Parts: sequence; structure tokens; C-alpha cells
Amino acid sequence: MTLSIVLVLMIAGSILFHFLSPWYFTPIASNWGAIDATIELTFWITGFVFTAVNLFLAYAVFKYRYQANRRAAYEPENKKLELWLTGLTTIGVVAMLAPGLFVWSDFVNVPKEAHSFEVLGQQWHWGFRFPGKDGQLGTVDSRLINLDNPFGMNPDDPAGQDDVLINSNVVHLPVDKPVRALLRSKDVIHNFAVPQFRVKMDLVPGIVTFLWFTPTKTGTYDILCEELCGIGHHVMRGKVVVDEAADFQTWLDSYPTYAEVQARPPPDPVAGAAAFVLCATCHGAQGEGNIDQHGPKLSGQEPWYLKRQLEYFKQGVRGTHAEDAYGKLMAPMAATLINEQAIDNVIAYIQTLPDDPAPSTVHGNVDKGEKTYRLCAYCHGPKGHGRWALNAPRQAGMSDWYLVTQLKNFKHEIRGSHSGDLYGGQMSAMAKTLSSDAIINNLVAYINTLPPPDRAGQIVSVMPGAQKRRAVADE
Amino acid sequence: MVAVAIADQEQVLHEPQSFISRYIWSQDHKVIAIQYAITAIAVGLVALVLSWLIRLQIGFPNAFDFIDPASYYQFVTMHGMIMVIYLLTALLLGGFGNYLIPLMIGARDMVFPYMNMLSYWVYLLAVLVLMASFFVPGGPTGAGWTLYPPQAILQGTPGATWGIILMLLSLVIFIVAFTMGGLNYVTTVLQARTRGMTLMRMPLSVWGLFVATILGLLAFPALLVSGVMMLLDQVIGTSFFMPAIVDMGEQSTYSGGSPILFQHLFWFFGHPEVYIVALPAFGIVSDILSTHARKNIFGYRMMIWAIVIIGGMSFIVWAHHMYVSGMNPYFGFFFATTTLIIAVPTAIKVYNWVLTLWQGNIRLTVPMLFAIGFIFTFVNGGLTGLFLGNVTVDLPLSDTYFVVAHFHMVMGVSPILVIFAAIYHWYPKITGRMLDDTMGKIHFWTTFLGTYAIYFPMHYLGFLGVPRRYFAFGVTGFIPESAQMLNATITIAALFVGVFQFLFLFNLVWSLFKGKQAGSNPWEATTLEWQTPQTPPAHGNWGPELPEVHRWAYDYSVPGAPRDFIPQTVPFSETPFQIDTEHES
Repeated sequence: MTLSIVLVLMIAGSILFHFLSPWYFTPIASNWGAIDATIELTFWITGFVFTAVNLFLAYAVFKYRYQANRRAAYEPENKKLELWLTGLTTIGVVAMLAPGLFVWSDFVNVPKEAHSFEVLGQQWHWGFRFPGKDGQLGTVDSRLINLDNPFGMNPDDPAGQDDVLINSNVVHLPVDKPVRALLRSKDVIHNFAVPQFRVKMDLVPGIVTFLWFTPTKTGTYDILCEELCGIGHHVMRGKVVVDEAADFQTWLDSYPTYAEVQARPPPDPVAGAAAFVLCATCHGAQGEGNIDQHGPKLSGQEPWYLKRQLEYFKQGVRGTHAEDAYGKLMAPMAATLINEQAIDNVIAYIQTLPDDPAPSTVHGNVDKGEKTYRLCAYCHGPKGHGRWALNAPRQAGMSDWYLVTQLKNFKHEIRGSHSGDLYGGQMSAMAKTLSSDAIINNLVAYINTLPPPDRAGQIVSVMPGAQKRRAVADE
Repeated sequence: MVAVAIADQEQVLHEPQSFISRYIWSQDHKVIAIQYAITAIAVGLVALVLSWLIRLQIGFPNAFDFIDPASYYQFVTMHGMIMVIYLLTALLLGGFGNYLIPLMIGARDMVFPYMNMLSYWVYLLAVLVLMASFFVPGGPTGAGWTLYPPQAILQGTPGATWGIILMLLSLVIFIVAFTMGGLNYVTTVLQARTRGMTLMRMPLSVWGLFVATILGLLAFPALLVSGVMMLLDQVIGTSFFMPAIVDMGEQSTYSGGSPILFQHLFWFFGHPEVYIVALPAFGIVSDILSTHARKNIFGYRMMIWAIVIIGGMSFIVWAHHMYVSGMNPYFGFFFATTTLIIAVPTAIKVYNWVLTLWQGNIRLTVPMLFAIGFIFTFVNGGLTGLFLGNVTVDLPLSDTYFVVAHFHMVMGVSPILVIFAAIYHWYPKITGRMLDDTMGKIHFWTTFLGTYAIYFPMHYLGFLGVPRRYFAFGVTGFIPESAQMLNATITIAALFVGVFQFLFLFNLVWSLFKGKQAGSNPWEATTLEWQTPQTPPAHGNWGPELPEVHRWAYDYSVPGAPRDFIPQTVPFSETPFQIDTEHES
């Protein structure tokens, strides 16, 4: 009796949950309404079977509950009933499968008018590439990938010269135009998924996969990696901004082509030295850092990192948060660097400065810090030397008090939460795992024990413009 | 002693001589079964605790210092692999297969007792190697239970050196153990049935175990070779699964391999694996339903054919796990079709279980409660499979919590409910004592309702698009704040369900000493294991004379019979009231 009632309540509860709960499909923003329709159909058929079979079960359990004086029926088989049930089930299955296969056929066959663009995945970032005027993407080779050629472009392929390289987690697409995404991975398997578009596909190293869709609503949507790709899987996020055609074109034109990237003149450290005079007031004459002026050490930091941060300060991505007191001091300073060339020049100068380890000012339990650091090491490297491929800066031998401030800023979303901060969000998510100040101090104390990199004879180069990024108006 | 026990051989072989040969180096299938079961449950407890840790992070993000992304992915990986292979497969085949097959077909033991013993000890070694990976530098692998390369062996994944090596070694060792056990089960079913036990008189439990073992013998080699190939990629730098890649900005030395090849091999094993777990559960639950409903199983022959067809077809549906893997998308048509066809025999099994209850005289014993709970859960989990199997519908749902909810419902909770039903059902035969009824009922209600509360709402997170295998969800434009509340609720339900499993364990131990005496056939069942001269059955099972079988296993409530069950050993000459001889072959 109880069991029957509970079963009926579970059936009713499930149906009510389905109709009343606030959790259901994210509103669609692509042409794939047919997928939703197929799911809707599947819901009706399976919902009917779920209700019918389980109600029958509950009824049977109630009606034929044990009675000492009753004898069960003896009916080994009932061929007719079994045939009927098999037939009805088959009809139900065909009713779900057939429409599904028609929609799949649409998904597999990309319309001719679809424009192609490339999605490039890596641990744990996205990049994008659009063909130039020739409508053709140039050839690439993973063997050519390095700091100066993050897309692995083949320099000898004329088709690739006008390709637009978007080294960013944000991509724009024109509304109502079918697009074919060609998916490529540098390292492991990733998955390109936008819940509002409904479709997704893996990026597989070694081959190029694809999917197609037509965005139908302007707006900003999350790109998620949906294939486990290592410890940063959950922070491998991007955004797709669906624009009107003209806005899309403006955005696309703001990025350099491959040929333009290669043609940029080299930076001039002498010109940079003049600009650095201003920096030196807070960061020290040798860029060695000055705790009293709240200026962290700059010398020895990765140039691509310095460049991105200077651009962020200029664009208001950093130094605008109400609680970021010292960041607000930096913003007007960065504004004095009038263009990208000026930024490149000053960074070129900083690279000429001597790289002596900053003094230790933070103390904590080094052994505990070492355990915590294991997580950091995935991106920043086992010795805290930084990794360009992961957009993770150097920590070893840098200003430790600054690391503490920034970890706290990331944790409390004073830094990293701005929509223009492409990679800060990842750091924010990671910093949230540091639950107390003591843990942060232990961690930084451990970082203080890491030897700074030995750069003798090593050439750190950034091809001018390779890291070019523009402010991305997100909304 | 290496010996082959031929079923009708009267001399007793490999008789235990001492404590050690009776309980440790035992060649008796019943002892080996218990060894398998205890080990599987012990390692399952580790996986249960891991699931708590996973849920704590999802329900209450960053509230616990010892869970960071690396350890989270390690917990997820180890939880999945332990549950699927080291608990479910080992418990159902190594545990129930070992205990039930010889007893239900009227054999004295497995046909290769020494190999059977070896199978357990090699399995134990596999478990120890796997557990050792918790203690090596870098910890266990965090590659996800599917272990997809390249990430499984690259530095961005935790445990990419020692952890993955030990995982692969452990799997290889497990497969060796499984093969020794599996060959034994198949040969025993084919060669050691007692007089009169035709294949079409075998209880469905044996049919389920038999077909599942054949699946295992054909499917595990695919996992074996892929494991060995990945070991070679990891240890000596071959490139079976590794194309030319850039690992954290550094050019790797790999080139030319195919990551998708691994997925094909893995799922060629992985899909049949679902049925390696499901088919024994299907068979066992059929027998339990029939016994406690006091009614024959409905459509016995159809049930056998369904088991065989499902088993056969399970080898041509594997790529439905790979619809969005980047394989040739045209495969989608084929695999969606085969996958949905497999729904038909599966549905027939469900209908027949429900129709078995219809017009029965249902005793709501604890095993029966679990069996009915299984039907309800399996209907839900099976139907959501129709979403994921239909390639188009899979597109938005793949890699979301819908998948997590589906497979936990269908191959986590469902077989576990059957395992509980089976333990409550056969514990009296194994120990001679009944499990405590009150504790059993509390265990049932908390487990049945609790797991439904965990997994039913979880499907709806999948509809939202919430991705699986995420340490944290962060800020998105599509996950409402209320989803976090739902996740917290699910976590609380999971902790709750987990705690009550310890009540079950307590019951197992308590009843061993304090349980009611069971007698030889407490459920008044027809099958052979309840007709043994001693309970628990002695070594050799049957005393001097092997039982002789005269009828199928489901003569319950035969019209005119004085009692509502007729054991398989009763000849037709003693049941003159029985006219229907349709099932007498």
C-alpha cells in the first residue's frame, strides 16, 4: 500500500517538477529550433511511457498485494500481448528516431553559403581565425607554433597572409549568417559548446572537425569547453558576441592580418628608456620595484604579460575597480603611452634591465605553501617562471608583497572580473580556492624559495603585434 | 591442487584442509564469491566517500581547503573507474557469478577451481595497484574515468605520470583476473549443468551472468590493448594515440597518432561494459520478482532472447558515446539507429517484469522492495537513454549533467538496487541467517527515495546546459543562481543516502550473529540453490547425489498444486495435477 502510494507520488512529483521547476532549456539563439522540437517530441513519448508503465506498476503492487488465501495466476506467456507491446514500442522508437535523423542530416550537411572561421583550442584558452578577402584560410602546422606564431601559420602560404588572427577568448559573429566553425586543437581534446546555439563538437588535435549554425539573436553568449582537458577545464571560457553585420565588420577590421603582424617594425628600447623615466618614480630606476610606492618589480617579467597589463590599464580593464586603490594610480600613467608602439618600446627597454630577485617580505610556512603551489604550477610552471602558452606570468623572484595583494584582489574579484580581462577570470576562479590569508602567505613564502629563471643566452622575443589585442566592447 | 571438477564426479576435490585453505587460498566458489564481494564492497566504500567529496565541492564551492581542481578531477576519475569496474563488474560477476552459477545449475563447483582462486587474487592485486596510486607522487590520475589521451598523459592533467601508469597497469591486471574468472563461468554453464538442466530451463540469473560474461570476454580485450598502447605512449614515447602537439608551449616529440582511435577502442569495450553490469542485474531481478510475486516470470523465452539480442547488439552501438567526438558525422545515422533498436528488447524486459507482478500475490519483502524500486528507477534511466541515443537530441545534452544523471540512474543506481535486492535475497543461503527486516526497510526507503532525489532533478541542470566535470561553474549567462541551490540540495541528498549505506553494512555484520535462523528455503523458491542439503551449502554443494532437474525455474502458483511453488527437482510424476507441459522440453 505505502509503496504504491509513494510510487504514484513520485510519478506525480516528477511531472510537476518538469512543468513547474525553473530549470529548463536556456532560450535558443540559433537556427537549431528543430533540435528543441525533437527533444520536445521525445519528452512527450518518453513521458507517456514513464507515466503509463509506472502507474501500471503501482497499481499492480497495490491490487496484487499479498493475501494468504489467494493464489497467483499461472500464465507463462501471452504471445499476442507480447507482439502488441513489441509493435507499439517499435512505433514509438521510430517516431523519435526518424525526425532525429532528418535533423542530423541538416547538421551534417553544411549549407554552401556558410562562411568559415576557425576555432583554435589549447589548454585553457580559445583563439579564432577568419579568412581575409580571399575567403580562404591559410595552411597551418602545429610544428610552427611558438611564441611569435601562436596560430602555427605557414609563412609561405599566400592564402594565409590576409587571415585575421584573433588571439583572444572573445569572438564576434554576424547575426543571421550561417557560419561553419572549423575546429582545431593545439594540444588535447577540447569541445566548442555554446548552450544557446544547442550544437557542440570536439576539437581534436591532429584533425580538423566542424559544426555549423546560424546565430539568430544578437547578444553575448558563453563559450564552454565541454571535454575534460586538464585542471583548467572549467575555466576554459570564451564569449561569442553576435553582432549586426556592420558591427561585426568593424570588430573584425580592428584585428591585424597575419601579414600586418609580420610587417610591424621592431620596438626601440632607446625610445622606451625615455618613457620609462616616469615608470621609474614608482617601480625604481632599474624596474626593481618599490614597496613604499606600491610599485612592483618589472624587470624580468614576461614582456607579453607587461604589454597586456599596460593595455588593460589604458583601456580601463584594470585600475578602475573602486577597491583597487593602487591600480587607480597606475591607470593615468599607462595612459601616457600613446600607442602600441610606445608600449612595445618601453617593454623593450624593461627587458634590458638587470633581473635581480626582489627581496623577501612575506613569511609563512613554506612546506604548506609548496602543497598549495602544486595547483599554480599547472599554468605558471613548476618553478614559477611563467608560461606564455597559458598566459601565465612569472612569479619567482618578483615582488612578493605584490603577489599577495593581487591574489587577494583576484579572490575578491577586484581584479579579473572585468569583461575585458580575458584571462583574469581564470585566475580569479583559482584564487578562490585560497581560503585564508595564512594560506596565501604560505604560498607566497614558498614562491620566494623558487630560483629565478636563468635567462643568460636566452632570447625572449615577441614579434611586434603578435600579441595585439583591442578593447572588446562586450555588450 | 590443480583439479577439474566434473559436475557429476562423486569424489570430492580440493577439499579444504585447514583454516588457510578454507578461508584464504580457497578454491571453493562460494568462498571466492564472498572474497570478491567483500573486496568489491570495500573498494566501493572508497568510491562512495569520493562521491561525497565531489558533491561537497559542487554543492558548497570552495568551502573545503582540501578540494582543489586537481584533487577534484582525481576524485571524479577514481570514483567513476572504481564504481564501474572494481565494484559493479567485480561484484556482479566475481561475486554473484561465482556464488550463483554452480548452485543454480547444480554443479559442485566451477570447472576450473584453481583458476577461479587465482582470478580473485589477481583481482585483489589490481585493486591494490589502483589504491597505491593515491600514494604516489602526483597522486592518482585525474583524466576522467574515460582516460582520453592526449590529456591523460600530458602535464596539464593531475597524475599524468605515476597515476595514469598505475591506473592502466591496474586495468590490465583486472582484465587478466576477469578473463580467468570469465572463461570459468562460461565453461561451467556450458559443461557442468546437472542432469535435466537444459539451457532453456536455466534461471534468468544464470542467463544474465552467462551472456554478460561472454560480453566481457569479447569486450575487455579492446580495453586491454588500448591500455597497453597508452602505456607505451606514456612510458616509451610511441604515438598510437598522440598526434603532433604543442604541450604548454613546448613542441612534443609525438606525431601521427589518433586520439579518436582510443575512443573507439575504449567504447568498443565501454558500451558492452554497460551490459556486462546490466544483464546480470536484469537476470537476477527477474528471479527475485518471480519468487516474491509467487508467479512465474512472464515471457521466459522472450526474456532470454532479449538478453541475447541486447548482448549481441551492445557491440554495434558504441559510437553513440562519440556523437560529438569529431568522428565522421555520418556514423551518427548508423549508431543512432542501432542504439534506438536496442530500446525495443530492453522495453520488452520492463514490460515482462511488470506483467510478472500483474495477477501475482506480491510479498513485499525487502528484496522485493528493492526489485520494484529497480523497475521504477530503470524505467526512468532507460527512457533518458532515448534522448542521448538519438544523435540529434544528444547535441545539446552531451557532456552536460543530463548525461551524469542518465548513467547514474541507469547503470549506477539501477544495478545497485538489484545488488541490494540480491544480497537481501541470498544472504540467508550464504550465511544461514536472515538480514534484519527493519534495518532493511529503512535502507530501502532512504536509498530509493534518496537516489531519485539526487538524480531526477539533475537532468534539468543538463537541459540548462550545465557542463559536467566542472570544478566550479563561475559566472555564466545561462546558469541561474537557483541552480546552485539545487546543487546544494542534491549534495545533501547524496550525503544522506551515503550515510544509510553504513546501516546496511552494519546489518550485514549484525545479522551474521543475531539474525533469525533462515532455514534452507525461507522465500519458498524453486531454484536449485534453495534445495541444497545444508545451509549454508557445504563444500561440493550437494552431498553425495547431484540434484536432478525436471522443470523450469518458475513453477509458482501452479493450479492444483498443494503449495504455491514446485522446486525444479520435483519430477512431473509427483505433480499429476499439472497438465500444461509446454515448458517441459
